[in-house]
Amino acid sequence: MANNEKIDVKEKKITAKDYATDQDVRWCPGCGDYSILAQVQRSFPEIGVPKEKIAWISGIGCSSRFPYYMDTYGMHGIHGRAAAIATGLKVARPDISVWVATGDGDLMSIGGNHFIHACRKNIDINILMFNNRIYGLTKGQYSPTSEKGKVTKSTPYGSVDYPFNPISLAMGADATFVARSIDREPKHLKELIKKAADHKGVSFVEVFQNCNIFNDGAFSVLTDKQTKEDHLLYLEDGKPMVFGKEKDKGIKLEGLKPVIVDLKDGKHSESDLIVHDEADKNPVKGFILAHLTDNPEMPTPIGVFRRTEKETYDGGIEKQIEHITEKKGKGDLEKVLFSGNTWKVN
Amino acid sequence: MKTAGYDANPLEDETLTGHKVFQVPITSLTSNALEETSLSPKDVQRCKNFFALGLMYWLFNRPLEPTQKWIESKFSDNPEYVDANKKALKAGYNFGEHTEIFTTRYTVEPAELEKGTYRNVSGNEAISLGFLAASERSGLPLFLGSYPITPASEILHFLSRYKNFGVKTFQAEDEIAGITSAIGASFGGSLAITTTSGPGMALKSEAMGLAVMTELPLVIINIQRGGPSTGLPTKTEQADLNQAIFGRNGEAHIPVIAASTPSDCFYMSLEATRIAVKYMTPVILLSDGYIANGSEPWKVPQVADLPEIKVEKRTDPENFEPYMRDENLSRPWAVPGSPGLEHRIGGLEKAHITGNVSYDPDNHDYMVRLRTEKIKNIVNDIPPLEVDGDDEGELLVLGWGGTYGAIIEAVSQARAEGLKVSQAHLKYLNPMPKNTEEVLRSFKKILIPELNLGQLARLIRGEYLIEVESYTKVKGLPFKSFDLKNKISELLGGSNGK
Repeated sequence: MANNEKIDVKEKKITAKDYATDQDVRWCPGCGDYSILAQVQRSFPEIGVPKEKIAWISGIGCSSRFPYYMDTYGMHGIHGRAAAIATGLKVARPDISVWVATGDGDLMSIGGNHFIHACRKNIDINILMFNNRIYGLTKGQYSPTSEKGKVTKSTPYGSVDYPFNPISLAMGADATFVARSIDREPKHLKELIKKAADHKGVSFVEVFQNCNIFNDGAFSVLTDKQTKEDHLLYLEDGKPMVFGKEKDKGIKLEGLKPVIVDLKDGKHSESDLIVHDEADKNPVKGFILAHLTDNPEMPTPIGVFRRTEKETYDGGIEKQIEHITEKKGKGDLEKVLFSGNTWKVN
Repeated sequence: MKTAGYDANPLEDETLTGHKVFQVPITSLTSNALEETSLSPKDVQRCKNFFALGLMYWLFNRPLEPTQKWIESKFSDNPEYVDANKKALKAGYNFGEHTEIFTTRYTVEPAELEKGTYRNVSGNEAISLGFLAASERSGLPLFLGSYPITPASEILHFLSRYKNFGVKTFQAEDEIAGITSAIGASFGGSLAITTTSGPGMALKSEAMGLAVMTELPLVIINIQRGGPSTGLPTKTEQADLNQAIFGRNGEAHIPVIAASTPSDCFYMSLEATRIAVKYMTPVILLSDGYIANGSEPWKVPQVADLPEIKVEKRTDPENFEPYMRDENLSRPWAVPGSPGLEHRIGGLEKAHITGNVSYDPDNHDYMVRLRTEKIKNIVNDIPPLEVDGDDEGELLVLGWGGTYGAIIEAVSQARAEGLKVSQAHLKYLNPMPKNTEEVLRSFKKILIPELNLGQLARLIRGEYLIEVESYTKVKGLPFKSFDLKNKISELLGGSNGK
């Protein structure tokens, strides 16, 4: 080795590129997944967890290819089971930041059970669900989030099935962090990923994602420049619910019924509107928000619907182990083997 | 009568021909013995069991004191019951002594056991202790992912007590989450196990394939019960052998081992762990309802005498490739938290060495053979099949799993009748010990008793092209050694043991 070689002591700055693998990304050109991947890779340097402490777990579907493109630990699991694999990893290794990349088919259909139980248990994992309202990998069947009447390969005369409302489902299962963003809202999505990472407990982020092959334009009204501002409601903690190109419309509650009011009609002001409270312990307003779009006149909320605190399952297990070990002393195998009714043969 | 399994009174038909039958009017004798108590006639009749027990104690020359003491503590709240039950016990004993119908008494000498400290252990308890020990001997934290199911739930109960050993038990939302959470924990570096019974095995099979593909250590414990479907949850059977060996999509070979007695469950748990971590593979450990719930005296081993389970986790990032293999064809176990070893695994076919997703036909062919060879090679790392009795001869009784007790009892009865019969018990079902074929070919006849319709028999025929005699029962009950002895006798040209 040459003596004059200098050792670079400057700490290398981690950037989005450091999270990219050498694998070719194989999603269809134009797929919304690319944007989600880019926002995750951009947000992770700011989240600040060293990459060897991160694991991405997925199930099956287009979205579930995600771990192959993240230079962290990763497992591409089996259909629907990502949340359960992630749960086992997190319980075994609370020191690891565990992320789940999944889709509406993977999480809402075959993996529905694992999803609600991960929410219920408040496992400290982060679930990003790419919702394109279609089965892409299997080439175009309707999904549990497809709208009623949807014409697909498996529903040539239109689906007679009702869709899940993933936000409502997550809240119904008592998830402590419930949020929504859109593949075409990069800044919003990036900030939401960081908030999900910050949250201690289960984080559920639904990302509206365009499948330009099998369900193109499913969210176009929310992403086209001309229409989006009149159809999106950006949720901001502590702020009244104002929306519209001119910021001239708001959501007011009449009893439990949300109504749109005109802020320019001289009869209403921002003080009439619902003030968003992410940490509201009463779930009623959260459900009203989740179901806002049941009325097609209403804007679609994006942002954090709920962010509350309670002990995590994995944290509870650690605490119990600590407590019992303190009480009983560290386990002694010899003692356990020789416990109970023993007798000697001489 | 029905409860005892008889359609008609066996005293009145031929059922008991060949047995010496003594009829004892227990009801009236108990009433007479308790004439002076103030108990109701109904309560008096409830003391019959102690009369019968007292009679047995006389017959087998056993002391009454331990039971008398037990009665005193059991009914300590009710002196009348203590008095009545003790009287009934004594009356039964005295009946034996004073009645002249009995001419013989038996004395059972203490069993000849090796010196040491003993305890009773059930199979499920032994499995729990076995994995606790495996965790200690391997230095790996224990993780159990499990969904309650009869007759396996007890393992979840037992292991949940050992929090101060750092044991993590996860009662999952379903069978699939039971195994997949364990796969996640294994990825994280734990000694990961999942416990279940037949229907749960069926639900776990896709995930077993994932463990095969990701080559992660995992132990799947199946406490077999009567099947198919919900079947007979509380009854025993050995009908999941095919499922254990073949029950997955694709070429998904998994080592399968089976415990033969309750205490053997302890050692087989350690062995399952050794194979899983050494060969980076899921391992199926079979037990059954009979040995899971049955218990036997167990000479408790010293911890230091237990085998150490060597585990090497990869920490060196230099030249790391996730599917590079060692001399055992095992890939490295690199767990999250190790800098420079970030890698991705999954259920899609993996390219040799790099572990990248690969659709290359030659690579797939190569990897399928490689994974299979890895499991086949375990044959060089397991003990040979041992034969009890002559190494060659007319008849070998070959068993596996929890029928061990009934088989050795039947063989010893046959030998007592002067029959020449050898016996061997397979603890390793996949792969089978190296000398299996040699052993089998040393006998003119092979008898394979199984609590299924001949699953091991079919495996043996398929593997070695050796004809075997399959003897099967699927009643949800263990074998009766008497029936089995008759079969042995019949095969050796006897007249059905009569």
